[in-house]
Formats: sequence, C-alpha cells, structure tokens
Amino acid sequence: MALPTLTSSKLYTVFVACGLAWATLLTYIIHGFGFIWYIALTDGLVNTILLAAACWLINNNLRYYQPGKGSYINLLIWCLALAGICTAGCRWIIPYLSISAVYINFLSNSLVIRFCTDFLAIGWMAMISMLWYSQLDHKETEKRKSEAEKLARDAELYNLRQQLQPHFLFNSLNSINALIGFKPDEARKMIHQLSDFLRGTLKKDDQILVPLSDELQHLNLYLDIEKVRFGHRLETEISCDKHCGEALLPSMLLQPIVENAIKFGLYDTTDKVTVSIRGEIENNSLIIMVQNPYDPQTSRPKGTGFGLRGVQRRLYLLFARNDLMETHANDNIFTTIIKIPQV
Amino acid sequence: MKRALVIDDEPLARMVVLEYLQAFSDKIEVLQECNDGFEGLKAIQQHQPDLIFLDVQMPKINGFEMLELVEPQPSVIFTTAFDEYAIKAFEAHAVDYLLKPFSKDRFNKAIEKYLAQAPGTKQTKQTDDLLEAVSHSPAQHERIVVKTGTKVKIIPVQDVLYLQADDDYVSVYTQEGSYLKNKTMNFFEQMLDPRYFVRVHRSYMIAIQQITRIDPYEKDSHLAILKSGAKIPVSKTGYVKLKQVLGI
Repeated sequence: MALPTLTSSKLYTVFVACGLAWATLLTYIIHGFGFIWYIALTDGLVNTILLAAACWLINNNLRYYQPGKGSYINLLIWCLALAGICTAGCRWIIPYLSISAVYINFLSNSLVIRFCTDFLAIGWMAMISMLWYSQLDHKETEKRKSEAEKLARDAELYNLRQQLQPHFLFNSLNSINALIGFKPDEARKMIHQLSDFLRGTLKKDDQILVPLSDELQHLNLYLDIEKVRFGHRLETEISCDKHCGEALLPSMLLQPIVENAIKFGLYDTTDKVTVSIRGEIENNSLIIMVQNPYDPQTSRPKGTGFGLRGVQRRLYLLFARNDLMETHANDNIFTTIIKIPQV
Repeated sequence: MKRALVIDDEPLARMVVLEYLQAFSDKIEVLQECNDGFEGLKAIQQHQPDLIFLDVQMPKINGFEMLELVEPQPSVIFTTAFDEYAIKAFEAHAVDYLLKPFSKDRFNKAIEKYLAQAPGTKQTKQTDDLLEAVSHSPAQHERIVVKTGTKVKIIPVQDVLYLQADDDYVSVYTQEGSYLKNKTMNFFEQMLDPRYFVRVHRSYMIAIQQITRIDPYEKDSHLAILKSGAKIPVSKTGYVKLKQVLGI
C-alpha cells in the first residue's frame, strides 16, 4: 500500500506544479494583450483556481466511481459541464475584482477559447485519473488474486499436515490396534474408513466448488472415525435436505470448522457431546451452521483459531466479503455460521 | 504385586494397555481406569498406585498438568501419540515413553524395565527432569494448574497479576485471589513468556501489562504499582530487566 501512496503524492505535486505553470502562462498571455499586471494576475489566478477545483472534483469522483464501458458519455458530459461552470465562473467573478471596460469586453470575447482550454484541461485530468485509478484497481485485484492463490497453497499444506497429523492418524491406528484383538470386523471397517478419508483429503482440489452432499459425505468418514475412537461419546446431527445438498461450496471449507468443533467439543470435554451440522438455503445463499459444546472453564473460545481464520480469509478472497462467517459462544455452546452465496 | 492405573480419554487406547498387561497379571494389577486428568488425580490420591499409564492429551487438564499436582509421584509410563514431548526428554524420562500405536514387544520392554527397578525406587527425579523439559514447550505457557483443597483450578496466564515466592511455594495472584503452587520461582521463570512476565525481584515476578507506575523507593530499588494497587518491590537487577522488556 505504501508504494501507491507515495506515487499518488508525487502525482499531486505534479498536479500543483501544472496549476502554477498554467496560472503563470495565463497571466503572461493576458499581460501580452496589453493589460496591466494586476488584471492579468487576477484573471490567471481565478481561472486557475476554478480549473483546479474542477480537476480535483473529477479526480475525486473517479477515485470512488470507475465508469463502465457504456458510461464514457456521462464522463464527457461531466467534463463539458465543469468546463462550462469554470468559464461562467470567470465571466462573473473577475468583473468584481477588476473593473475595466476594455478588459470586460476582452473577457466576453475570449469566453469560447477559455471554454475550450478548460474543457481540454479537465478532459485531460479525467483521462489521467481514470488510467491512474483503474491501474490501482487492477493492482489491487492482482494482489487479491495472488494472495488467494498463496492462501490456497497454504491451506493445502495446512490440510495435508492437518489430515495426516500424527495425532489423529496415530490415535486412529491405535484404536485399530485395540479392535484387531477382539473385534476384527470393526478394525477392518475402520481401516477402510481411514483410507477413504485420507484418500479423499489428498484428492481434493480446493479451487473447485463441490455439492454440499459430497462434502458432508467426506466429513462423515472423519466423524465416524472419531466416534469409534471415543466410544460413541460423540453424536452427530446432520441435517440437510436434497435441495440443500445440491448447493455448491468451496471444497474443504467445512473441514476446518468441523475439526475445530471436534477439538473443543470432543477432545476437551468429558461428557457426551453432540456436534451438529445444519444446512439451509436462504436468499439464494447456502447457510451452514456448526454447533459444538465447549468447556468454558478450560478452553476460552478465542473466537477464531487458526483453522477458522483460514476459513474467513478464504471466504473473503473468494467472495470479497467479510461478513460471510460469524461465531457465537454462549451457554457452553459454540456456534459457527458460514454463508456461501450461490451464483 | 504392583498396583497400577490407566489414565487415557480413549476407551480403546485403555483397552490396548489392559490387553497387553494380561501377560503380567501375576505381577501387576489394574485398580482403575480413568477418563481424564481430574479422575486420574482423584484415583491417585485414593489408591496411591505404584505405576500409572498416562496419556498426555486429555480433556480439562493434560497428563503433565495432572502430574504437577500429584504428591508423591508414582512411576509413570507415558502412552501418547505425540512425539513432540518425547524427543528431547526421551533419555531423561521416568520409566518409559510409549508412542501410540505401540507393539506388544515394545510394551513388554517398558514393563520389564519398570519391574527390574529396585523395589521402592521411584523415578521422581527423572520425571521431574521430564516435566521440566516439557514445560519449555510453548503449549505449556497458556495456563497454570493449581490445587485448592480438593478442587483443581485452571488459571489462564493472562489472568495472573504477579507471583510471590513463599518458602517452598509460589503464590499466584489473580483478581480472584491467590493460589499456592509447590514449585520454585525458577520454574515459573522458565515456564512463563519472558515478554509478558519479568522477575523483578528474588521473590517476585510481575505481569508487565499490570504495571501502572514505577516509583523510586530506597537507594537503588524501586516499587512497581500494579493496576490492582499492589506494590511490588523491584530490585536493582530487576529494574534493569524491566527497563529492557519495556524498552525504556
């Protein structure tokens, strides 16, 4: 951000320098027509100040509003109107400052040429501003895009480490080790669940959108493994109707949220816990709510852990909105809600 | 006959230990299985076992935090999927450190090692070394676990105002009152983040966000006034350290 600010301050310096040059030139020309310096200077200054104000106005407008392809005509009208106002301003203000019949006559005669130069100057300013701000905009978009790509890479790495995390993997293997002794069928089943889950994780491309039902299927494998590990202390409630299951969301987006729910809901409590995942369609957005209990005595929910922060960031980079994820903690229940606009 | 406890929050993990222990049923009997650190603490006080099998990652308080509260300490065999703690401490640690999933052979070795120890020798010294090593890992910096009567209190470090040495104990002061912990000031100096806690005196350590003012006191010494109004003596060397951390 520092670089554009620096260059835009440079731009303003150039702008002011042009203004001064313009005022000097104008004064010199008017003086050349045989008027005294006072009149020439007044004319030069009033004209330049009005022109500068118009240029500032158009520049400011373009900073916050970039005209689309169709609305260049609006910009042209704007320039014409501003040039008109400048010229009219000269016409009415200068006579107050320097009363000289010859000069007033000269002023009236030069209005057309004044209007033309004003229009050219304002048009020139508009063009420069437009190029400048669209280039800034472009840079911003580029930055967002490259950041999105970087984050996707980071998320991928994070997911890899997370999914293949020794903790989860080795504890699961340990459970399988226990089951082999007295429930070989369940051990075998768990090996399949674990393999399917890991394979699913490795295959996932988090650049694509997937239906919610697919994502839930993948999460179910994970939740089933945790259910075996924690001896059915974990219960899950997943509600999502057919319509909702077809809604699209960025792949691997739910995973960190559910992991967070498991971490605080299951790993850090001793009672029976229910983790619920609810999907709904509202105003053409997919809304997913994940709830888990937590123990306020041992874990103060810090709002967003690393996993949740990553989710929020991804949502921002994908949809350029910061209001798509919210979390609440009350009555020992932690709730995460995400909203995914459906295109 | 040795008496043992199995402390782990995963039933299947406990089952592995129990199954492997059957081979030693003439030498070791399991008194109880515990689901978390609180249960483990209670059971240890009740049974005074010779040996415990202990998981690290558990709800409420973890295995190491639980051990800090146990007095006297039984021999410990850690069973955990985390190798972060083990690597550094591996050679120093108590009886053994079993990484899940562990084989029956590996488990048998641990038990034989335990049984081969001269009867009555506890490994507290080595366990203390292990605890010390583990306390250096960043995950341990976030809370202090103390016992008040029969209850266990978990104090997030951001709630700590200051610490005061009290003979063999350290008093941990918070808004709600003070808690005793049978550790030395050096232990806390190692454990707490030096960016937030400064040992300003032989017997005092303060949370620097709590300081409102530092006044000169007698020759060479100062007084730190905390938000709570407490006045903490700051020694000459303590003042130097404080200035360094505060960047003045």
